[in-house]
Amino acid sequence: MSTETAPVVLTACADGPILVRGDVEIRDAAGRVVPRRRATVALCRCGASGIKPFCDGSHKAIGFRTDDEVPRPPEPVPAPGDGPHRDAP
Amino acid sequence: MRAPMPRGPLSERVLASLTSGDVDPALPDEAVRAADASADLLVDEDVQITLTALYELHHQGLDGVDDRLEWDPTLLRTRAVLEERFEAQLRRDVAVPDDLLAELEASTATEGLAPAVARALFDLTSRDEGPSLSAYVARKATDAQLREMLVQRSVYQLKEADPHTWAIPRLQGVPKAALVEIQADEYGGGRPERMHAALFARTMRGLGLDDTYGRYVDDVPAITLASVNMMMMFGLNRRLRGCVVGHLAAFEMTSSQPNRLYGNGFRRHGYDADVTWYFDEHVEADAVHEQIAGRDLAGGLVEQQPALRDDVLFGAAACLAVDGRVGRHQIESWTAGESSLRRPVAVGSPA
Repeated sequence: MSTETAPVVLTACADGPILVRGDVEIRDAAGRVVPRRRATVALCRCGASGIKPFCDGSHKAIGFRTDDEVPRPPEPVPAPGDGPHRDAP
Repeated sequence: MRAPMPRGPLSERVLASLTSGDVDPALPDEAVRAADASADLLVDEDVQITLTALYELHHQGLDGVDDRLEWDPTLLRTRAVLEERFEAQLRRDVAVPDDLLAELEASTATEGLAPAVARALFDLTSRDEGPSLSAYVARKATDAQLREMLVQRSVYQLKEADPHTWAIPRLQGVPKAALVEIQADEYGGGRPERMHAALFARTMRGLGLDDTYGRYVDDVPAITLASVNMMMMFGLNRRLRGCVVGHLAAFEMTSSQPNRLYGNGFRRHGYDADVTWYFDEHVEADAVHEQIAGRDLAGGLVEQQPALRDDVLFGAAACLAVDGRVGRHQIESWTAGESSLRRPVAVGSPA
């Protein structure tokens, strides 16, 4: 394994899973490390996988769609001292 | 591998040339005659076993055959003659649905070429037609039929991923990185015991079958050889790089759930995780590969070279059509109470 530190990249696939590339530890709800058996893994995000947290292609069978997932506009850079919530009047 | 047995006059002459090293100059003309006389090259035993023998010169070679014959001009011409007609038949028989093309044009305009190509490939591969071999195996296959399925698949699975690897040096940038990412996983990520071909060999041994490379080539019918020969043709010809990319994408996109069903078939007969490892591994692996293959590999290639778009779709459609025929042959044979092989396999017998 390389000791170089490259950023982990997550790719949200259209109508499908999240691809994970890079050296990152995956843990289950109980905090146990989920063994990773390949360099690139796909995490389930439709909820139907039989091998969670990994994807098994079930999203296709249930017609999982991500059409509502539109690219977000960049958030305005908060001025120093600004709180996290500044609702418009 | 062991040189295959001839299945007709053409393969007789080709194999005689290969084993003697004295290449018959009339082979290309013989190949034209054989192919032109064939009503359906996909089930032509003589033509398909000839192609299998000629392609193997580029992979592991044939026992007792001079390695230099790989580049013998007469043998290359013979192969080219058969490939020309094989490809022509596939292009006649296999169609990409019109509505899918129309939708691809529309989604290209809204989301861009690479995502649109991936979407079209997922759409194409979801249009299932006809009976499913994996569903049959999950619910009905007998123990003997499980063995037959492994014998049928061993012709490809013992060299799993090799035909598509030919495409790597023909690609650049995004699609090349995508193909290498998939293939590295296919080849075990640096661990030979995890290589998919090695996992398949393990499954074969678990059912008492001989896992020697090419061991069962003589036992499988032409249609099974045709599905492997098609991949070899797509892989070895740079001109067809779009087809081999589309083929791989379709292959990966129709793999995860079927492999779960195949695994279920073996579990139903009491086989343990050691035997089903190959199938279980593919459920997870191919859910990753299909995403990479759709967007980065196929979509990425078409984005770089838009002229290859239709070949990518054709390669995918050809994969579905030919593998559909392979599966139908097995289901129909078994439903009729017959073997799907050319000759019964003596399980556990030496090669």
